[in-house]
Amino acid sequence: MSAEPNVRTLTINGEEISARSDQSILDAAREHNIDIPTLCHLEGLSEVGACRLCLVEVKGARRLLPACVTQVQEGMEVTTHSPKIDRYRTMILELYFAERNHVCSVCVANGNCELQSLSLKLGMTHVEIPYQYPQLPVDASHPRFTVDHNRCVLCTRCVRVCSEIEGANTWGVMGRGGESLVITDLKQPWGDSETCTSCGKCVQVCPTGALFEKTSVGNKTRKHPDFLPYLQIMREGE
Amino acid sequence: MSDLKTLATVWLDGCSGCHMSLLDMDERLIELSSQFCLVYSPLVDRKTFPDLVDVTLVEGAVASEDDLKKIRKIREHTRILVSLGDCALTGNVSAMRNACGPQPVFVRVYEQNADLQKQVPTVGVPPLLARVRPVHEVVPVDVFVPGCPPSADTIYQVLSQLLAGQVPTLGGVAHFG
Amino acid sequence: MNVEELQEIAEAAVEERDKFEYQINVCMGTGCLSQHSDKVKEAIEKEAGAAGKKCHVRRTGCMGLCAAGPLVLVEPSEQRYGHVHAADAKDVVASLGGEPIARLDPHLEGYFEGQKHIVLENSGHIDPEKIDEYIARGGYEALLKALTEMTPQTVIEQISKSGLRGRGGGGYPTGLKWDTVAKVKGAQKYVICNGDEGDPGAFMDRSVLESDPQRVIEGMAIAAYAIGASKGYIYVRAEYPLAVQRLTVALQQARRRGFLGNAICETQFSFDIDIRLGAGAFVCGEETALIASIEGKRGTPRPRPPYPAVSGLWGNPTLINNVETFANVAPVIRHGGEWFSSMGTARSKGTKVFALTGKIKRTGLVEVPMGMTLRQIIFDIGGGVPDGRKFKAVQTGGPSGGCLPEEHLDLSISYDALISAGSMMGSGGMIVMDDTSCMVSVARFFMEFCMTESCGKCIPCRAGTVQMYELLTKICQGEATHRDLDQLTELCEVVGATSLCGLGQTAPNPVLSTLRYFKHEYLAHIDEKRCPAGVCECSPVAVEVHA
Repeated sequence: MSAEPNVRTLTINGEEISARSDQSILDAAREHNIDIPTLCHLEGLSEVGACRLCLVEVKGARRLLPACVTQVQEGMEVTTHSPKIDRYRTMILELYFAERNHVCSVCVANGNCELQSLSLKLGMTHVEIPYQYPQLPVDASHPRFTVDHNRCVLCTRCVRVCSEIEGANTWGVMGRGGESLVITDLKQPWGDSETCTSCGKCVQVCPTGALFEKTSVGNKTRKHPDFLPYLQIMREGE
Repeated sequence: MSDLKTLATVWLDGCSGCHMSLLDMDERLIELSSQFCLVYSPLVDRKTFPDLVDVTLVEGAVASEDDLKKIRKIREHTRILVSLGDCALTGNVSAMRNACGPQPVFVRVYEQNADLQKQVPTVGVPPLLARVRPVHEVVPVDVFVPGCPPSADTIYQVLSQLLAGQVPTLGGVAHFG
Repeated sequence: MNVEELQEIAEAAVEERDKFEYQINVCMGTGCLSQHSDKVKEAIEKEAGAAGKKCHVRRTGCMGLCAAGPLVLVEPSEQRYGHVHAADAKDVVASLGGEPIARLDPHLEGYFEGQKHIVLENSGHIDPEKIDEYIARGGYEALLKALTEMTPQTVIEQISKSGLRGRGGGGYPTGLKWDTVAKVKGAQKYVICNGDEGDPGAFMDRSVLESDPQRVIEGMAIAAYAIGASKGYIYVRAEYPLAVQRLTVALQQARRRGFLGNAICETQFSFDIDIRLGAGAFVCGEETALIASIEGKRGTPRPRPPYPAVSGLWGNPTLINNVETFANVAPVIRHGGEWFSSMGTARSKGTKVFALTGKIKRTGLVEVPMGMTLRQIIFDIGGGVPDGRKFKAVQTGGPSGGCLPEEHLDLSISYDALISAGSMMGSGGMIVMDDTSCMVSVARFFMEFCMTESCGKCIPCRAGTVQMYELLTKICQGEATHRDLDQLTELCEVVGATSLCGLGQTAPNPVLSTLRYFKHEYLAHIDEKRCPAGVCECSPVAVEVHA
C-alpha cells in the first residue's frame, strides 16, 4: 500500500483541478475556492445528500448528482452553476422557506443563520409558492436549550452529531414526509430525556435558530460547529 | 413640477417600522426629494389615492378586508409597486397568526387580556382575513425589498435606482430579518 | 435430494392425484377468500362425500379472473365456474362427468386465448401449501439442473441470454445485475426479494406469493447460487397476511425437502431465507429504503452510488429483485434463455403479469407476452369497458406512471414504448378509466399518495408533493388561475429533477402525462370552472374565506 494518496484530475466549471481519489466533488471544489451551496453537509459529520442544494451537473450522468456524496473520478466534467441549476436551487430554497414558519425578524439566529445566508447567496428575496403555516411546537423543557420546530429544516445534523460524535443518540426523527419531526428520545420532552448529556453539540451544529441556548439574547448568537473537524483529527490521531 | 416622479407610500398590516427606516435616510431624503413628489402617504396630508402614481412603496401584509381593498386599488393606480419589508414580502410577524387562525388571537387580546368590556369588537373595524398574506399573493409586485426593516441604505439604493429609471433587484444585497 | 428423488416425489404426487376421478380446484386467493371461497370448498367437500363421488377438492391460488370470483376449476374437463357460492356445491358435484352448469358459466370467451402463462403457470392448479404438487409440475428441476449441471457463470449467461428485465418497474437487465453482484468480492452476499408491492391497484406479486410461493423460493435459490450468496430475505408488506402465511409454510416445506439449508442437494451450496415484514411504507419498495428497513432503521433511501450490488445490506454485496422477476428464473433455467427471448419484443422479452382494474369488465390478473397491444389486453382479454361507457384512458405504472389515451390503444407493450408515450411499465398495475373519470382528479389522487408516502428525507419530495397536491386541489375546486398551472408545471420539473429517490423523481409523472394528453380538462377547470367528467365540485366564484 503506497503512502501517497491517489490523485485524480477533473474539471470543474472548465477549470482543471487535482483531487484525492477519496474526495467528494464538494470537498475538491471547496479546496479550490469553488463554492457549492450546502445545508445538510457539515464537515465532521456523515453525508446524507438530503438538502439537494449541492446538486451539480456531471457530463455523462443521467441526473444531477449531489456533490457531497459523489466521489471524484478521473476526467470528470462538473458544472456547479448554470441557469437551470440556479433556478432549481432557488426553488428548493423557496420550498424550505414555505414549508415551516421562518420569521427571520424575531429569530435568535437572525444574521447568523445558514438558511438566511443561502437566501442572500442565491439572491432569493421572496417566495412565489404558498406558505404552509403549519402549527409546530416549541419545547423549552430543557434547562439550557430550546427547540423551536418552526425553524427546523430537517437537515438531521442534530441527529447525526448526537449519534456519531456524542454517542448519546438522543435525537431521532419520527413521522414521515411533511409530518417528520426531530424528537428527543421517544418523543419525550427534552427536559425529561434520560439519554441527553446536555453537551450542546446539537445546538452548535444546527444551521438555523431551531436549536438555541437559553442564554441567547436578542439575535447576536453565533454557532460554533468548528469543534467538529478538530475532534475528528484528535480521534484519528489515537 | 411635472418632471418629478410621483411617489406614494402606504402601510397595511405593518408596524410602520419600514416607514421609520425610510425617514432614517435623514438628509438623503432632502437630496432625493428634488426628484420626487410624495403624493400619498401616512406621512402627508392626503386622503385619497391619486389616479396614477409612478412608484408606491407598500409596507405591511394583507390582513384585513380593508387591506385587500386598498392594495387592489393601489395596484390599479400604480406603475411600479414595491413590497417594502418582510411583512409585505413574507407575512412576517403579521402572518404568525396563520398557524392558529385569528380566533385565538381575538380571545387572548380582547377577552383574556382586557380589563373592561371584554368583547371582540366588530363595529367600525374591518373584518380580519382568515389568512394573512404577502402582498404578491394578492397583486403582482414589481420590486421586492427584504428586511425588517430594510435599512435606510437599502431604501436609499432602491429609491435612487427607481428615480433613475431602473428597476432594482435586491437579490444578494438584502435579506429577511 | 437429487434428481432421482425429485422424480420419485413428482411421480408419487401424480399417482396421488390420479387416484381421484375428478379434481375440483377452488380458488383461495385473497380476492375469492373475501367472498368466502373457503366455505365453498368446505361445502363441495361435504357434498362430494355425501354423493360418494371420487373427487379431490383442492385449495389453490389465484385463477386470474377476480371479477368472476369465487372461481372453481374442474379437471380433467377443464370446466371453469364463476360466482360459485356454498349453496351451489350440490350442483357442482352433480355436474361432474355431465353437462356443465350454465348459470355458473364465467363467460371466458377471448380471455385465455391471448394469454401466455409462465409466472402464473401453476396459479390455480396447485395447492400453494403442498410442495409436492409444485414438484409434480416440474418444480425444483431448474434448481437441481443449476446446481448439478451448470456453473454460476453459465446460470448468469442463461439469464442474460433470456433478456429478462426487472419486473418491479425499473426494467433493469436482470442478467447484468446478477453479473455485477457476482463479480464483487465479498465474504457475505445477500439475495433480497422485494415483495413490498405498493402501487395502488397492483396485486400481481401478492398473487404469486399466495398461489405459487415455491416458485419464488426456487428463483431466489438459483440466484443465490449464481452470485455466491448464502442468505436471503423476502421482504413482504405486512398488509399481505395470507402471502406471509403461505410463504412461511412454503419455506418450512422447502427446508424439509432439502432445497434450503446446508449442502443443498448434496452440493457445496448452502442457502436459507428469512421473511421480513414491512410496516406500511410505500417508500420501502425502493431498494435502499428496503435495505434500511431490514437493517432495523427508518425506511429512508440512500443516495446511489454506491449501488446495493456493491454495498447493500449491512454494507455487503446484495442482489435485489422483484417477486415476478424471481418467478421467471426457474422457467428460464429449465427451458433455456433462448426460449424465453423468443417471446416478446426486441428489447422486452418474455411475458408480463398485469393487474387489470378500474372500469373494465374482467378485473383480475392476466399474463401476456410483451408486445401485445393495449387494445388487445383491455378489449379482447379484458372484455372492454362495462355499462356501455366509453374508454378514456389507461393508467400504467402506478404513482410513477402515466395515463395513455385512446390514440395509444394500439401501442405494443414494452418498457421503451410505454416510456416514450409518457408512462411506464411499472410493476404491472393497469387501471382503465372511462368518460366518468376526471383526469385532473386522477393526477391529484396519485399526488396525494406520493405526498403521504414521502419519507421526508429530501425537501423537494417532502414539501414539493404537498405544494403540487394543493395546486391540483385548487384546480379541481375551480379556484385556480393560469399562474397556478405554471407553478404546478415548474414544480413538476424541479421535484422530478432534484429528488433523492424514485418516489419523488417520478411523483410528477401522472401530472405530466395528464397535462400532455388531457390539458383541455385542466383548462376547463381553470377557465370555465367546470369539470368535463362531472366529478369535481367546482365553486363558481373564487372564495375569500373570512374570519
